[in-house]
Amino acid sequence: MAIIETRDLVFDYIRRDEEGNVEGITTAVDNVSLSVKQGDFIAILGHNGSGKSTLAKHFNAILYPTEGTVLVDGMDTRDDEKLWDVRREAGMVFQNPDNQIIGQIVEEDVGFGPENLGVPTEEIWQRVEESLRAVGMYEFRKYAPGKLSGGQKQRVSIAGVIAMHPKCIVLDEPTAMLDPLGRKEVIRAVRALNDVEGITVILITHYMEEIIHADKVFVMDKGKVALQGTPREIFSQVEKLKELRLDVPQVTMLAHELREKGLDIPEGILTKEELIEALHL
Amino acid sequence: MAIVLDHVNHIYEEGTSISFQALTDINLVIPDGQFIGLIGHTGSGKSTLVQHLNGLLAPTSGAIYYNGEDINEKGYSRKTLRSKVGLVFQYPEHQLFETDVFTDVCFGPKNLGLDRKEVELRAYTALKQVGLPDECFYQSPFELSGGQKRRAAIAGVLAMKPEVLILDEPTAGLDPKGRDEILDRVAQLREETGMTVILVSHSMEDVARYVDRIIVMNKSRVMFDDAPKMVFRHYKELEEVGLAAPQITYIMQALKAKGLQVDTDITSVEEARDAILAALHRG
Repeated sequence: MAIIETRDLVFDYIRRDEEGNVEGITTAVDNVSLSVKQGDFIAILGHNGSGKSTLAKHFNAILYPTEGTVLVDGMDTRDDEKLWDVRREAGMVFQNPDNQIIGQIVEEDVGFGPENLGVPTEEIWQRVEESLRAVGMYEFRKYAPGKLSGGQKQRVSIAGVIAMHPKCIVLDEPTAMLDPLGRKEVIRAVRALNDVEGITVILITHYMEEIIHADKVFVMDKGKVALQGTPREIFSQVEKLKELRLDVPQVTMLAHELREKGLDIPEGILTKEELIEALHL
Repeated sequence: MAIVLDHVNHIYEEGTSISFQALTDINLVIPDGQFIGLIGHTGSGKSTLVQHLNGLLAPTSGAIYYNGEDINEKGYSRKTLRSKVGLVFQYPEHQLFETDVFTDVCFGPKNLGLDRKEVELRAYTALKQVGLPDECFYQSPFELSGGQKRRAAIAGVLAMKPEVLILDEPTAGLDPKGRDEILDRVAQLREETGMTVILVSHSMEDVARYVDRIIVMNKSRVMFDDAPKMVFRHYKELEEVGLAAPQITYIMQALKAKGLQVDTDITSVEEARDAILAALHRG
């Protein structure tokens, strides 16, 4: 069953002058119909301004469609009475960890979401513990968030979302501001949520190597879905991705260049192990 | 002519219970025209270090010399220093504030007290240098794309005609093409003007591709300071401090472990391709 479904989704940003008259309309999402299966790991790629963040903001009702429909677990996001249910089903994590943490200590911050949902106190603590364990941050539960590294803060933000027991988590460039270790920690935590907890993941990123394990990749361009497929299908199209201002992981690029030089290597190599095999080493 | 850091220490909130040593005994010489990559995990002291270079922070002890003069000496003109050492902060587009791009870029040189003609000439040149198309000049900064905004903000610093350009994570949040465009522009500008560039980055791939020298910060100290290939040889130690080698370096190590005779110092895809072809040919 689809956890998220968009039907002919259109979203226009409308610019107005000081009197409120319409000055211009930018169509950020243009007739997108897609469906995300419960439990999948989905990646969304696309250059700056391609519409991917605007699309993602529809998944937890931060934005509403100008035209078309968005269904989250079968609920129409435009249905006011379902707003909080929608937001509980699909949690969101953003780029800057410092803008998302509000608690004085880690466990308080993680408890904030379930508390707002009216969860009984005892269960809140249970959820806080489970969530922090799921992202490997339990031992930091008494820390002040300011004392944590970027990657640790992002994992606390993720714990804060999963403490609300969502079926789906949307991450909009969660690693853009992190150092290499921080990036690795966050991606590892996200993959574990998907594998172990079965939470649907929608990951938006500009780092190609982060999504080689995704079940499905959508590539956005000019508000539309330009490409979709498995990571191997997508990363087999090196030239097309470059046209879309994107890239491929370095190992994929290396294999592609070796192939261009006449070596018998398939397109869409995603790991160094695959390259070793293709080279018959 | 260079920047010299001599036994620089910086302690935040010294003498209080929350005092924190952000820089410990930093000794560096930064000659004119070098392209330097500054790397280190979050909190390693990189940002504190670069803020010392244009006098935004003063050392708790030790001294910083710019072209032979102590920049923290009484009477040294901070204003002149800041026009010579340009610092582009993270997400600089958040600091765009004027009604159009051109006026925004004029702000810096105008504050230097230059006449209007010179101000406008500099703004125009800087916008050209970052490769912003003419039709953007009189648009509101908020109508530009992410990459264009970033470039407009960098132009604001270039219009000061700095001798040293410091960029703190200039490509964070940009798409891959946008990352390449900005860094290619910076590399080209350095070629043309001979200015010194210090690139603070979390992308080992970018650093490996562009810079002559890498300075690695860890726990307030300089951990390595060498040519990129030499620094990435220490990939195990780098991993211990939250960093890494470029992806390609790991690929070469894996190939070598499987018996392919390739150099493991390689840091770019092109070098890797040629090395593999050569090794297979020999094989």
